Amino acid sequence: MADKPGKKKTIPRQAMAEQEPEVRRRNFEEVPLGYTMEQAQMEASRCLQCRKPGCTSGCPVSVDIPGFIQCILEGDMTAAIRNLWGKNALPAVCGRVCPQEIQCEGECILGKKGDPVAIGNLERFAADYERAHGSGELPPKLPPTGKKVAVVGSGPSGLTVAGDLIAKGHDVTIFEAFHKAGGVLVYGIPEFRLPKAIVGQEVHFLERLGVKIECNAVVGRTVSLDELFEEGYDAIYLGVGAGLPRFMNIPGENLVGILSANEYLTRANLMKAYKFPDVDTPIPIGKNVTVLGAGNVAMDSARTAMRLGADSVRIVYRRSRQEMPARAAEIHHAEEEGIEMMLLTNPTRYIGDEKGRLTGMECIQMELGEPDDSGRRRPVPIPGSELEIECDLCIVAVGSGANPLLTQSTSDLQLNKWGYIMTEPNTGKTFKRGVWAGGDIVTGAATVILAMGAGRKAADSIHEYLVYGW
Amino acid sequence: MFKIVHREEMADATVILNEIEAPLIARKAKPGQFVILKANEEGERIPLTMAEANVEKGTLTVIYMVVGKSTALFKTLQVGDGYQDVIGPLGKPTHIEKVGNVVCVGGGTGVAVLYPITKAMKEAGNHVTAIIGARNKDLLILEDKMREASNELIVCTDDGSYGHHGFVTDPLREMCEKGSLNQAILIGPVPMMKFASKITEEYDVPTLVSLNPIMVDGTGMCGGCRVSVGGETKFACVDGPEFDGHKVDYDELMLRLQAYCEEEKQCYESYCTIRDAV
Ligand SMILES: Cc1cc2nc3c(=O)[nH]c(=O)nc-3n(C[C@H](O)[C@H](O)[C@H](O)COP(=O)(O)OP(=O)(O)OC[C@H]3O[C@@H](n4cnc5c(N)ncnc54)[C@H](O)[C@@H]3O)c2cc1C
Ligand SMILES: Cc1cc2nc3c(=O)[nH]c(=O)nc-3n(C[C@H](O)[C@H](O)[C@H](O)COP(=O)(O)OP(=O)(O)OC[C@H]3O[C@@H](n4cnc5c(N)ncnc54)[C@H](O)[C@@H]3O)c2cc1C
Ligand code: SF4
Ligand code: SF4
Ligand code: FES
Repeated sequence: MADKPGKKKTIPRQAMAEQEPEVRRRNFEEVPLGYTMEQAQMEASRCLQCRKPGCTSGCPVSVDIPGFIQCILEGDMTAAIRNLWGKNALPAVCGRVCPQEIQCEGECILGKKGDPVAIGNLERFAADYERAHGSGELPPKLPPTGKKVAVVGSGPSGLTVAGDLIAKGHDVTIFEAFHKAGGVLVYGIPEFRLPKAIVGQEVHFLERLGVKIECNAVVGRTVSLDELFEEGYDAIYLGVGAGLPRFMNIPGENLVGILSANEYLTRANLMKAYKFPDVDTPIPIGKNVTVLGAGNVAMDSARTAMRLGADSVRIVYRRSRQEMPARAAEIHHAEEEGIEMMLLTNPTRYIGDEKGRLTGMECIQMELGEPDDSGRRRPVPIPGSELEIECDLCIVAVGSGANPLLTQSTSDLQLNKWGYIMTEPNTGKTFKRGVWAGGDIVTGAATVILAMGAGRKAADSIHEYLVYGW
Repeated sequence: MFKIVHREEMADATVILNEIEAPLIARKAKPGQFVILKANEEGERIPLTMAEANVEKGTLTVIYMVVGKSTALFKTLQVGDGYQDVIGPLGKPTHIEKVGNVVCVGGGTGVAVLYPITKAMKEAGNHVTAIIGARNKDLLILEDKMREASNELIVCTDDGSYGHHGFVTDPLREMCEKGSLNQAILIGPVPMMKFASKITEEYDVPTLVSLNPIMVDGTGMCGGCRVSVGGETKFACVDGPEFDGHKVDYDELMLRLQAYCEEEKQCYESYCTIRDAV
């Protein structure tokens, strides 16, 4: 490259245009609007093209970051997307939802002194450009092997396995319990963060490649793993996610107006209840909403409640701001939209009226004590600090666990003490022959990119098993 | 699409029977299990119990009462039309076992849910007495089938227009008093299950009820179907839908069923307005 590195540092990180908080807090359209080509190339020019790029080692799937950024700089968008696809089947998704600040961007050399390269934004740009202008040409496929693979679950990890194995010539069918494919990408993450049309297009891409998708198939009920083997499947991948909602287990939790984040977001996203009554599924509209928890799921729930017309939305979290697990960008967006943070506060009891409807919550204030197993300081209640919060809708987003529906019906899988499937870490092999697993059902609730990374590893291992028999 | 191959109207067209092509589900269906149906893209996911499943034909039968927007929409579907989505079989099957004398009590469309269980209980070698009830003669469903499926059938109508004049709880109490009952299965509107369970509890008759809370996914991932049983929270779609009738918090269930009544009314009314205008 002709440009001198010294000159690049003077270009500031390119901010992506966004809908104004005042406007977006009441609509479901996507918040960041995307780069223009000029902005993208300006941002791309900031990259130093490091010989040993920290960014790539920070990415769980080792995307060739300097490589695809160079393609953008040179204006070769086809090369950029090909490069990305080499490691990451869902760049339009990852560019939007990866916690870049602790992954790729967290390791970017520029971040040591100033702002790191906006890798996520560039990844999104390359993928969006391909969707808008690409030829739609399918990547090459190896000749058919005659081997059949069943993928259970159509979240990011299942989609990755399906995409990898179809390209290697295997016959792939995805079985999905819901009526639509995409996993958390369609039922959990809201439209304003990840437009469903993008997920739909990725799924359609796989279908064009020849992947068959059987929706409404609850494996463990509609069909068992052993029956899939009997039907001629040679290998099975389990990517069923961690879809078991946790509750607080405090008095009054079954009052009307208390929903798990899973239920609330499924109604809003998968069932499109924000369009009620144009669609048939209702969703409770809260005036004063509380959301328990402070991860991405909590932020998504809070921002959804605001968009549905709440007067006030409060995140109630028992630790302090530092420990909030949500992505920094999401917390920032939530606050801009007027969502309040009630930190160091823990609910102890729900309060209802004679109709069994939620009217408030009793909480207690917390302070941080000694570090716990997670290394974070343990919150302890301050005696006598009880307070009451008025609310008519409470969304519980305090984590999720392993859904036992499938694992209970399959006796020869081995589970750990939390009910997650045990696998060989390098391959994703389970203790049942011919069955692999990965994503949230192995690790517990994690991230899109980790679920995809696990899928890729398993796909490599499944391929070897199918071709070489091990 | 899951095609409707047979359709019947019952109880003054307030109750509809659909036989639906769904071979994969029919193959696995057991008494007590349910499916979730969605009519079209904008549709709601509605749980309905399977009243019958036919493995050879690859069909399953649901019988539902028209109560709101979604069931009114289902009613418009004719033979040859279909549902966009049918998911199942969901829920735990009824535990079928030879225990001796069994009474199966059904009210309203609960009779449809009760029918396959009654049949299976008799086939397992039990002596089965069935008690079915409705508000009046015209609203009674599945009388012939229930007669066939049981050893003895008692019919009740609230208004006395047919059979025993009064509620299903009257003959149930009489049977309890005779003292030879080994098991009761009660399925119907929540108040019916609540009062009937009180009776069987007085006489220490082990009792099963089938609960119908509001559901979304039916696979244990949303928790919308929570019910309190013996002081513990259960997810009816995976832990049930059948539970020990003596331990269920019926009052909570009734309140939770009203969660969306305002929204449902709005949805149904606007639907009826549009439908009637066409
Ligand atoms: C609201 C929300 C926001 C999030 N935000 C972010 C974010 O910003 N960034 C990020 O990186 N991560 C985020 N995550 C986490 C991320 O979405 C998950 O880690 C990831 O989706 C896990 O992928 P998966 O493929 O393992 O499972 P999932 O995406 O959970 O998909 C599993 C699929 O399997 C299906 N299934 C389950 N059981 C069966 C069965 N028995 N038979 C057939 N199908 C079955 C399910 O219906 C589902 O479709 C978020 C999660 C949530 C819930
Ligand atoms: C496991 C299970 C099995 C069921 N099996 C049958 C069946 O075999 N036949 C049948 O007729 N019905 C059955 N139901 C009830 C059926 O699902 C509801 O009647 C249906 O969802 C109503 O939808 P709607 O849009 O027409 O009415 P809505 O507009 O949603 O509701 C109208 C009225 O019905 C009440 N309601 C809403 N949801 C339910 C519910 N889940 N159960 C009872 N009342 C409700 C509301 O409080 C409201 O007053 C079952 C429910 C469950 C959970
Ligand atoms: S996949 Fe995620 S972590 Fe990897 S480069 Fe892309 S945005 Fe960064
Ligand atoms: S570390 Fe930063 S500057 Fe270096 S190659 Fe990666 S993105 Fe470019
Ligand atoms: S219906 Fe969602 S958990 Fe039972």
